[in-house]
Amino acid sequence: MSSFFDPLPWLVMLPLVWGTIAFMLGAGRGARLAIVAIALQLLLALKLAGQMLEGGARSYAVGGWGAPLGIDLAADGLAAAMMLLTQAVALPLAVYARGYFAARPAGSALFWPITGYLLAALNALFLSADLFNIYVTLELLGLAAVGLVAIAGGKQPLAAAMRYLLATLLGSGAYLLGVALIYGAYGSVSLEVLHPLVAAEAPLAVMLAAVLMLLGLLLKTALFPFHFWLPPAHGGAPAPVSALLSALVVKASFYLVVRLWLELFAPLATPAAAQLIGLLGAAAILWGSWHALTQTRLKMLVAYSTVAQIGYLFLLFPLATPETAASAFQGGVMQAMAHGLAKAAMFAAAGSMIVATGRDDISHLGGVGVQLPLTLFTFGMAGVTLMGLPPSAGFSAKWLLLMAAVESGQWWWVMLMIGGGLLSAAYVFKVLRRAFLPVAEGDHVTPVPRVLEWSAFALALAAVVLGLYGEPLLQLLMVGRMA
Amino acid sequence: MNAALLYALAGVVLFAVGVAGLLALPHLLRKILAFNILGSGAFLVLVGLGQRDGVVDPVPQAMVLTGIVVAIAATALALALARHLYERTGRMQLPESRGAEPESRDD
Repeated sequence: MSSFFDPLPWLVMLPLVWGTIAFMLGAGRGARLAIVAIALQLLLALKLAGQMLEGGARSYAVGGWGAPLGIDLAADGLAAAMMLLTQAVALPLAVYARGYFAARPAGSALFWPITGYLLAALNALFLSADLFNIYVTLELLGLAAVGLVAIAGGKQPLAAAMRYLLATLLGSGAYLLGVALIYGAYGSVSLEVLHPLVAAEAPLAVMLAAVLMLLGLLLKTALFPFHFWLPPAHGGAPAPVSALLSALVVKASFYLVVRLWLELFAPLATPAAAQLIGLLGAAAILWGSWHALTQTRLKMLVAYSTVAQIGYLFLLFPLATPETAASAFQGGVMQAMAHGLAKAAMFAAAGSMIVATGRDDISHLGGVGVQLPLTLFTFGMAGVTLMGLPPSAGFSAKWLLLMAAVESGQWWWVMLMIGGGLLSAAYVFKVLRRAFLPVAEGDHVTPVPRVLEWSAFALALAAVVLGLYGEPLLQLLMVGRMA
Repeated sequence: MNAALLYALAGVVLFAVGVAGLLALPHLLRKILAFNILGSGAFLVLVGLGQRDGVVDPVPQAMVLTGIVVAIAATALALALARHLYERTGRMQLPESRGAEPESRDD
């Protein structure tokens, strides 16, 4: 089926088109166009998910050429779910960004075009069917993300953007060398063609390629100890940018790690390697949570919380033993979804608090609870998802992961997950406690536009709704699972 | 040792030189050049291994062409950022600070 209205190519084309139009409209323009277009993208992603629940995995030959001459797009359940997450996070954030930049114009000039390109790169990445196309979309995504970090233009954001750019280029360089070695070994980059070939025979060069690609992607995902670039980049950017980066961009490279580890390189993955990556995840949880607790700036706290939450994602790998593969996979991806929605909500709420208090400082949050109750409630609700309390999607995710840990007899991960939840509670309450205090002398809390409060609330609510009605999503995830 | 392997090994050496430069050299322009060397190394491996028994495979050539375009875009962005950074700080280096300290005000 390759009708003109097939959602696959349009999910890539639409954001490219509106991003370009927004660029031509001029600095800061194009917000309304973006919101309408992202709503359309969300409908397309829903349509695609619906099609796949009935008809299974999809593919599309761009321009009718077909690989290897042309480029094939392919979507299985995992890709469709990630695209749903992307559009579902982007839509409220676009509404939020319009209000935010009206209040704080710094950095608004190029926000809309770059966001269009960022979304196009994300959707193209999820739909890529070959390793080289993945490389190109990774680079596009990295360049767009760096551009967003830099738009604020100050000294520190520029330095953060530069550091981020160098890290992301090193990551994709390692990935590309891996692709080159794979092509040298098998003469193909198509995931579908390579899958049986790797399973049949994997020479040493392929082992090396797998390690290189994985390291590159871990650097881009900011897994401990590769997280050094993330807090300044995510914490220094304007709030809508921080939200996009933390919720979606790091998830894209995580998605690729899942795809490569569980599918293409599954025959090469040893239990020891899985335990090692789980250990890095554990270190990320402890290190990130601890640093979140010691921050004095609100957005840096939320950024370090991202470092910690990324750690949970990687518990998927040690928990995915042959018996518990399905629940570990579902739990890991559900965690990515829950964190995406909750972290976007949290950064958006933090942005509203900064607009209201005029500064990014946790010790000056007094009075926020009285003036911005909905925003504070949003922050708390997002915190509930991060802690993994019911009824949020964070709970569903951790429940699935806990089940996998118990069933595979790996009790140490159970303890880590419970301890990590307590640490998240500690840094969330650090903010809540301050916000409930009365306004300090000399401080003032001004009301913020209602659209800022409600769009952030929609994101936090979505994370809870996903926890209550997550069943169709779990079903979607299992569509077209290869391994 | 055949020609394909020679190209590939040279590519790996270039890649390693690039990584070392990117990590060790403080000057931003040198870092950007190191990134280009690293990329060229990967391209050389791709083209070098992409010839079988002397017959050239066109697919990796097309990939490298795409890769070169990507590398130019990345280099341009890096140069623009480095220039803006230089205008604001007067130095062609990244500030020493790492995430833990306060990095910036919100605006």
